[in-house]
Amino acid sequence: MEIAFYIASAIAIYATLRVVTNTNPVHALLSLIVSLLAVAAIFFMLGAPFAGALEIIVYAGAIMVLFVFVVMMLNIGPAIVMQERAWLTPKTWVVPAILAGVLLAEMLYLLRDGTWSQAGHTLVDAKQVGISLFGPYLLVVELASLLLLAALVAAYHLGKRED
Amino acid sequence: MFDWVTPELAEIFFTVFQAVVILLVTVLLAAYLSLIERKLLAWWQDRYGPNRVGPYGMFQIVADMFKMFFKEDWTPPFADKLTFRLAPAIAMGTILLSMAVIPVTATWGVIDLNIGLLFFFGMAGLAVYSVMFAAWSSNNKYSLLGGLRAAAQTVSYEVFMGLALMGVVVQAGSFNLRDIVEAQSNLWNIIPQFFGFCTFMIAGIAVTHRHPFDQPEAEQELADGYHIEYSGMKWGMFFVAEYIGVVMVSAMIVTLFFGGWKPLPYLDFIPSFVWFAVKTGFFIMLFVLVRGALMRPRYDHVMKFSWLVCLPLTLVNLLVTAAVVLLNTPAA
Repeated sequence: MEIAFYIASAIAIYATLRVVTNTNPVHALLSLIVSLLAVAAIFFMLGAPFAGALEIIVYAGAIMVLFVFVVMMLNIGPAIVMQERAWLTPKTWVVPAILAGVLLAEMLYLLRDGTWSQAGHTLVDAKQVGISLFGPYLLVVELASLLLLAALVAAYHLGKRED
Repeated sequence: MFDWVTPELAEIFFTVFQAVVILLVTVLLAAYLSLIERKLLAWWQDRYGPNRVGPYGMFQIVADMFKMFFKEDWTPPFADKLTFRLAPAIAMGTILLSMAVIPVTATWGVIDLNIGLLFFFGMAGLAVYSVMFAAWSSNNKYSLLGGLRAAAQTVSYEVFMGLALMGVVVQAGSFNLRDIVEAQSNLWNIIPQFFGFCTFMIAGIAVTHRHPFDQPEAEQELADGYHIEYSGMKWGMFFVAEYIGVVMVSAMIVTLFFGGWKPLPYLDFIPSFVWFAVKTGFFIMLFVLVRGALMRPRYDHVMKFSWLVCLPLTLVNLLVTAAVVLLNTPAA
């Protein structure tokens, strides 16, 4: 089981790096899909099959479809790839890389030092997720639904035809 | 001589054996379905259909396969190589994987997954990439138009496909397909979940991109849509994947709404596998009949119908089911 975790994590990290470094937008999106699937595999291993399945359905299956949809419309040719390559100079990625490196060092320090509890000893299935959503987190769920409603109204307003 | 066969090892062998048998039966049935479909359509339209190769044209599929294998497997120079090659594999892989969660009989099935139904949704969601990648990588206007239609259509039907099945889940209290079949021991879901069945049937046809939801490939105006640049076995994989989809969605409808392997009353002397096969066969025939009988609507009509008719219908169905289940549950 542990080896499966390390394989999935390695795939996730590599795929995410390729999302940033790839110059072809569709290939970058493909890497992002692979990365999301790898994260879903980690959820399955941690005993949260419901979260893993939702990760696949919502992120990999629905949101990324819209991303790919939009990128498909952009008529990307070799010119765009060259442009992307020109943009990806050390000047642009050094500072964000340093910031990410600081975060990584901080996380490693906390992991070494910390008193954390091991995950993966309880199975969190759909029923438990539902109980916590409609129990302790009810207010958050309602706030999120208000936010979504506002987004829906805004989208309707923007998409409305004048006639 | 056989003392190395421990019970665990025997169980592993049996599980792998089951998986291989189910895989082979599905793929072979799907391949043969192309012939069955042509024959059935021909009979309904008062023609002979394929009748040259073998008795009643039975070996037509063998001839077709030889043709497909020996055709040049051509990748256009202007195509995006990676996604062009990946697309047929996604088409076939995702559909075959969703077949794995379907319980065939009480003892047969590949995986008994707690989240079986969600797994099916996930695979159906990923299957869209095959169409979109094929459409985009081909670098062809017609295929891109097909891919756009596929994406737009998917976004509209996936929402109500999930909601259509939630009524079934509420009644069974589980995402596990075995539990869902067991919950139908007394009454098949088709009666309490009739609207769920109607909407899922529509969504199921859309999942397989078959007529009347084949706007992504519409021959008349898009000249085959997303797989226009494909040839040889890569095209064959799209073709077989469509038929595997038909088998899978038929089996899924049987599992969710028609009691899976459960027999009709007083007919339980017939083995359960026969029940499952006959019910699935019935829905496969229905798929073919729908293709032969209906015309193709415009794709904005399809989207409008999905959002304005099917989505509200499934929401009301879910709310009513939940209310009835809540009323019938004894207070804890």
